[in-house]
Amino acid sequence: MNEPRHGQADTFPKLLLENARIRGSRPAYRQKYLGIWQTHTWQEAADIAREIGLGLASLGMKRGDKVALIGQNTTLMYISFDAIQSVGGIPVPLYADSVAEEMTYVLDHAGVRFAVCQDQEQIDKIETMRDRVPQIEHLVYEEHKGMRRYEQPDMHSIDALREAGREFDRANPGFFDEQVALGTGSELAIIVYTSGTTGNPKGVMLSYDALCRSARLARDLEGLGENEEVLAYLPLAWVGDHFISHAQHHVTGFTVNCPESPDTLVADLRDIGPTLFIAPPAIFENFLTQIGIRIADAARIKQALYNRAIALARRVGEPILNGEAVGLVDRLMYRFYEFCIYGPLKNTLGFSRTTVAYTGGAPLGEEVFSFYRSIGVNLKQLYGQTESCAYVCLQRNGDARLDTVGPPAPEVEVRITEAGELLYRSPGNFLGYYRNDEATSETLDADGWVHTGDAGILTDSGHVKIIDRAKDVGTMTDGTVFAPQYIENKLKFYPFIREAVAHGTGRDYATAFINIDLEAVGNFAEREGLGYSGYMDLSQQDQVYDLIQGNIEEVNRDLARDSTLASSQIRRFLILHKELDADDGELTRTRKLRRRIIGDRYNDLIEALYSNRDHIQVNSRVTFEDGRVGEFNADVKIRNVATAPAGSS
Amino acid sequence: MSAAERTGSDREVMLSVENITLSFGAVRAIRDVSFDILKGEIRAIIGPNGAGKTSMLNVINGFYHPQQGQILFRGAVRRQMRPHEAAAGGIARTFQNVALFKGMTTLDNIMTGRNLKMKSWRTSLLPAMIYYGPTQREEIANREHVERVIDFLEIEAIRKVPVGRLPYGLQKRVELGRALAAEPDLLLLDEPMAGMNLEEKQDMCRFVLDVNDEFGTTIALIEHDMGVVMDLSDRVVVLDHGEKIADGTPDEVKNDQNVIDAYLGVSH
Repeated sequence: MNEPRHGQADTFPKLLLENARIRGSRPAYRQKYLGIWQTHTWQEAADIAREIGLGLASLGMKRGDKVALIGQNTTLMYISFDAIQSVGGIPVPLYADSVAEEMTYVLDHAGVRFAVCQDQEQIDKIETMRDRVPQIEHLVYEEHKGMRRYEQPDMHSIDALREAGREFDRANPGFFDEQVALGTGSELAIIVYTSGTTGNPKGVMLSYDALCRSARLARDLEGLGENEEVLAYLPLAWVGDHFISHAQHHVTGFTVNCPESPDTLVADLRDIGPTLFIAPPAIFENFLTQIGIRIADAARIKQALYNRAIALARRVGEPILNGEAVGLVDRLMYRFYEFCIYGPLKNTLGFSRTTVAYTGGAPLGEEVFSFYRSIGVNLKQLYGQTESCAYVCLQRNGDARLDTVGPPAPEVEVRITEAGELLYRSPGNFLGYYRNDEATSETLDADGWVHTGDAGILTDSGHVKIIDRAKDVGTMTDGTVFAPQYIENKLKFYPFIREAVAHGTGRDYATAFINIDLEAVGNFAEREGLGYSGYMDLSQQDQVYDLIQGNIEEVNRDLARDSTLASSQIRRFLILHKELDADDGELTRTRKLRRRIIGDRYNDLIEALYSNRDHIQVNSRVTFEDGRVGEFNADVKIRNVATAPAGSS
Repeated sequence: MSAAERTGSDREVMLSVENITLSFGAVRAIRDVSFDILKGEIRAIIGPNGAGKTSMLNVINGFYHPQQGQILFRGAVRRQMRPHEAAAGGIARTFQNVALFKGMTTLDNIMTGRNLKMKSWRTSLLPAMIYYGPTQREEIANREHVERVIDFLEIEAIRKVPVGRLPYGLQKRVELGRALAAEPDLLLLDEPMAGMNLEEKQDMCRFVLDVNDEFGTTIALIEHDMGVVMDLSDRVVVLDHGEKIADGTPDEVKNDQNVIDAYLGVSH
């Protein structure tokens, strides 16, 4: 455990300096570069933060100025958060994969004066929009590659900035420490823009106190210490990454590891073997799909051994993880398989040392959840929002359940309104939305309760269960409740279905759009000897429709068991000719559906689902990452699905 | 820097081809062609099929020996240069059809590009058998260089993947990596974008420009995609039926009547 006298400072720059003092030679960051993990100690991190911070001050940055941070997870990008905060600036992290248009809104709305970019790609995006965000004065870039011909006086390499910082330090000794001391816990620490499923992004203002207190509570709950290893691969602009890789990192003093490139996650995960791992459900699902594909290609004897081991794990793995009593023979067999199957499997995935793995943001499939728990990975679910500094509810060790998101976290109060909306009041409460008082007053009431917009239930055992977004729940023409997300999640649990959009509000029956999982279905096609040229071609093959139809019929049988959901059974579906994409505005950057946009864009397809046509011709637009737009035509098939009588099983 | 500035007359000539004629029996692949390549420029060689472009590259890197004419590389006459001498002299190339070791990993393939840089006694047989000590240090130095190439081309994720399993666009990138590993002064690219989709082409263009920019490498490239040629190159030489029909900036060449006739045919 931690020494309680440390980690009590009230801002991150103060915590950074404290860490440099008490664990100065321990690794604060590692980043794989040239194939080798390069380490920065706490002392080095503090020195670099000082240089960058003073470098920004030398460019004229004042307390309260907003500084955008755009790029992948790198040591210098993380240290830049400290650098900005130490001289009183407010970091505004942006998603590195946003298109220039999206970035412009945030840069303009936040009134950003400085931007720290990781590479030329981000610099170029800002440059193309420069005339629309005239208040940006200086751009800083970390990577030199491709920047040789940029000679504008307002562009600075981070090395030049550090040099300027050192010079500034010589001229103004004591300025840095003075600035750090000026910061207080109640101040605004960061503005995190939430992509939002409707309308423009909102800037969530979080204070140092909110982030630090939440981090301390989570640290004590999970017993985190300075020896933790974390892999920082999720977007900098996502509150979860900021909470773990900055707030928790500073409070606890562990090591944050930055991957070599966005494509090397699996190899880097195996290198590091993180002890604390947080990932959206899609990542856990993807790993399991990969294992399935590899096992299907393995030799018979390996398959048989694997299947026996997993069967045993499914029976006794979870009770063992929860510390319940299990028979001696089973326990010994579990040990044996741990040695020859589970252990190597966890090692391959990088979970050998994982003591806590969290997932959240979307429900997890039963198969996925129990698979990881059964082989001994302590996978738990959490529920949270940007507005609460990442978490509201956390599952506890030994009490992880599939259908709930756990009880409220320590010091968090939760309440359900009469309308069924979940409210919470937490030490991590946000200060409000930046320059959006209307939205703030709608969400944060005078007593400090935050309205989540999620429909939830509090179970008898005190666990919270999330049903759907409150505004998405509608009724069908026969008056029964229609909760689209509930059905979509059931569909998405099938490995072949990547994304689903259910329709039914105000209609006689329910229908669905499906996005197939290109990798899983592609593998299926390969085994079946099915030729295809790309996503569009594969998605419209009859065998693929048969495959998906089978999945939907299973979901229908499942829905029919519950009399209130029986009328939500899917009668007709189609497989979309293109993948729903955040670049086209159809999903948020965190892969949540934007129903209104999808509804408008694919209105013809929805109408076709409620007609008796068996195919429809569509013309579709796609936006490339650089903002160009392409068009293509497709013929989309529509299928009818068998439904099961209500109450049958 | 504009193209005009980059090709200013004060620039040093890296390589000049003088009155080259190359025949295979009765077939005259190249007829009396002369042009030069300036230090630090991107020089495109274009022309319809069978114009003699690849033959020209093969002449430059010493694979073919012309019957007439001479090549001046950095001011020195090279009449009968062999490919390995060309490579040792700082000329590296990629091929029209990817020519990698399919069963070897990306890393190992790029390491082979360092072969010429490993001719000291440290990698001779006996020290190599002992390995530890000087050989290991040399290996590490070479590996570091290769890792810089991998970082530059953004192929970290496929470092340990056998190249035979990679898609075509990535294989082309690995081949460029192997050429870069030799730290060439002159890089010959034979249709670097052939068979690529739009996105792969854009990436490759970016890398070609970056190589030219970052390392100051002189580049001669053969390409069929006119958009690519016009965007990338500082100067273009046009061949048709083994003869040079035009030579100049992309704009000059684009509006040259001989070039238009060669590509579109002449009306009679």
